[in-house]
Amino acid sequence: MLTVRDLHVEVAGREILKGIDIEIREGETCILFGPNGGGKTSLLLALMGFSNYQVTKGEIVFKGEVINDLPINERAKRGIGISMQRPPVVRGVKTRQMVEIASDGQADAKELAHQLDLIEFLDRDINLGFSGGEIKRSELLQLLAQSPDLVLLDEPESGVDLENIALVGKVINKLLEKYLHRKRKKAGLIITHTGHILDYLEADKGYVLFDGQIGCQGNPREILEDIRRRGYEACTICRR
Amino acid sequence: MERSDELASVVLSKQAPLGEDINVSEYCETTEERTYQEELSSLDEEDRLRMREVGIEASEEGRSGTFVQMDHSVIHEGSHQEGLEIMDITLALEKYDWLRDYFWKAVPVDTDKYTATVQSRPHHGYFIRALPGVETTLPLQACLFIGREGLAQYVHNVIIAEEGSKLDIITGCATARHVKGSLHVGVSEFYIKPRAKVSFTMIHSWAEEVVVRPRTTSVVEEEGVFLSNYICLKPVKSLQMYPTTKLVGQGAMARYNSILYAHTNSYLDVGSRVYLSAHCTRAEILARTISSGGKIIARGHLIGEIPEVKAHLECRGLILKDGVIHAIPELEGRVAGVDMSHEAAVGKIAQEEIEYLMAKGLSGSEAIATIVRGFMDVGIMGLPAPLTQEIDKAIKSCEREIF
Ligand SMILES: Nc1ncnc2c1ncn2[C@@H]1O[C@H](COP(=O)(O)OP(=O)(O)O)[C@@H](O)[C@H]1O
Ligand SMILES: [Mg+2]
Repeated sequence: MLTVRDLHVEVAGREILKGIDIEIREGETCILFGPNGGGKTSLLLALMGFSNYQVTKGEIVFKGEVINDLPINERAKRGIGISMQRPPVVRGVKTRQMVEIASDGQADAKELAHQLDLIEFLDRDINLGFSGGEIKRSELLQLLAQSPDLVLLDEPESGVDLENIALVGKVINKLLEKYLHRKRKKAGLIITHTGHILDYLEADKGYVLFDGQIGCQGNPREILEDIRRRGYEACTICRR
Repeated sequence: MERSDELASVVLSKQAPLGEDINVSEYCETTEERTYQEELSSLDEEDRLRMREVGIEASEEGRSGTFVQMDHSVIHEGSHQEGLEIMDITLALEKYDWLRDYFWKAVPVDTDKYTATVQSRPHHGYFIRALPGVETTLPLQACLFIGREGLAQYVHNVIIAEEGSKLDIITGCATARHVKGSLHVGVSEFYIKPRAKVSFTMIHSWAEEVVVRPRTTSVVEEEGVFLSNYICLKPVKSLQMYPTTKLVGQGAMARYNSILYAHTNSYLDVGSRVYLSAHCTRAEILARTISSGGKIIARGHLIGEIPEVKAHLECRGLILKDGVIHAIPELEGRVAGVDMSHEAAVGKIAQEEIEYLMAKGLSGSEAIATIVRGFMDVGIMGLPAPLTQEIDKAIKSCEREIF
């Protein structure tokens, strides 16, 4: 579904990603580990096409099409959806409206909001005064409405309180069609710094993004074990 | 000669402190009288459409009374609700001797050349009154319409909400589609008695060469409430106004909301001023200004004259392209113990916001339209539903031009 080949990305004139290769197949869930500042968020935003994240080399291929030059909304139309770490406040634009936009008017905002315990947020300006956890849930709400084929999630568990973490896990499982075992189509690329999300989610593959490059890849639980035991410092040693 | 005529004659050349000085004699002062219309539906369809853009329903559906002045003639008036009056001010002055006690009392006749000119020229305007305890079930509508090119229209309005009454008013001011240039000078005096509440929503829709000089003051007594909403989204050559409220009774409250849009070659100098002159008075001024090439001076002035008053002023400006927005918020505390604050921000649309909406599926231009519409958010006005609908309609009707 998604193939990233030798991707180089510059932010404000500085190279942040230095040759990334990633492959995500239909129905697959991939976890992106890595220390803070390693470039995980930049990778997601570059995949989505945000203008501050300039691709200087390499290719992003989605469903067989090179999408490097497509505007953000065209990528969304083709089936990529993102949950942002720090989405902006858009004054006067209500959460309800965002659900309508994301679903092209198809979703039942109330029903979806109910699933995420966000009913009272529907008539509030999007992201205005939302706590960290509320932002995560509101982003998931919009993703539910959008129902993308490839879901990009930036640290979906961070800032979410204990009460809601299981809820967030449940919604992510739903987004990724984890209830389907044979004909699963939805794929995901999920950033986690701590790995907590793996307590709620099965994943197929793990990557460690370190200093703008993929350090290692493999079974996500094994990678997490390793990170928990040795910390991300071990990546430095590994790289040598 | 009456005293106000004397005063007026003295100051006919007195320049206003703000706004380009206008030579009023360049505009035509007389015009033929228009005939009274029993039914507004008999007006030209084009004029009715223009009226609808400023919230005036020719069918009078959903309204409890109507006043329409076209050029220099009152062409329709009448209230459908007991205890509500809406009529030609000249008739009201003949009918009620006591009205003299209100006339030119809130707005002094010698304020500037414009107020003086209104007094010294033939004029009409509306008189609206709610008797004590009467509440409008549906809003009243008042329309000031200019149908003749180059005309000067002078009006003097008096609005009285008697004790414990509640008045919802929509005022729509517009020029006919073929009119490019004209002058509109309107004096409005509001008297809000104890525990009365007035919601006043004014929508302007002028043309490229029209000059507008409203002069408005409201006096609010104990526990009275004055809510003023002002919408001006269409081109206008020069508009200058600084409506003022005097909160003279304990616990009185005023709130001004305005949404202004300056097109290329439009010049809008608009402010709101509130004197907090009694205990526990409160005021709020909210302005949303957008420029796509024109100039907006967004003023605000809160004057705290005694302790324990509370007021806030918020002005946000959005420059879409090549425009100028100059926010001038002023806080004037005249004693210790006032609580006044302001917040002003002027900028362009954040790329980050556009891209966020694009990630949800909107095209770049749809995203911008959504952000601008959100910016003008009428929800902040806290209006009764019918008024919100009128403003929504006004915004929608000009969206095609804006985007
Ligand atoms: N918009 C931006 N402007 C400037 N620098 C940025 C921006 N976004 C990210 N960076 C820089 O890029 C590097 C990677 O950041 P980021 O992608 O957020 O890493 P991670 O998500 O792995 O913590 C950091 O050094 C960060 O400061
Ligand atoms: Mg990050």
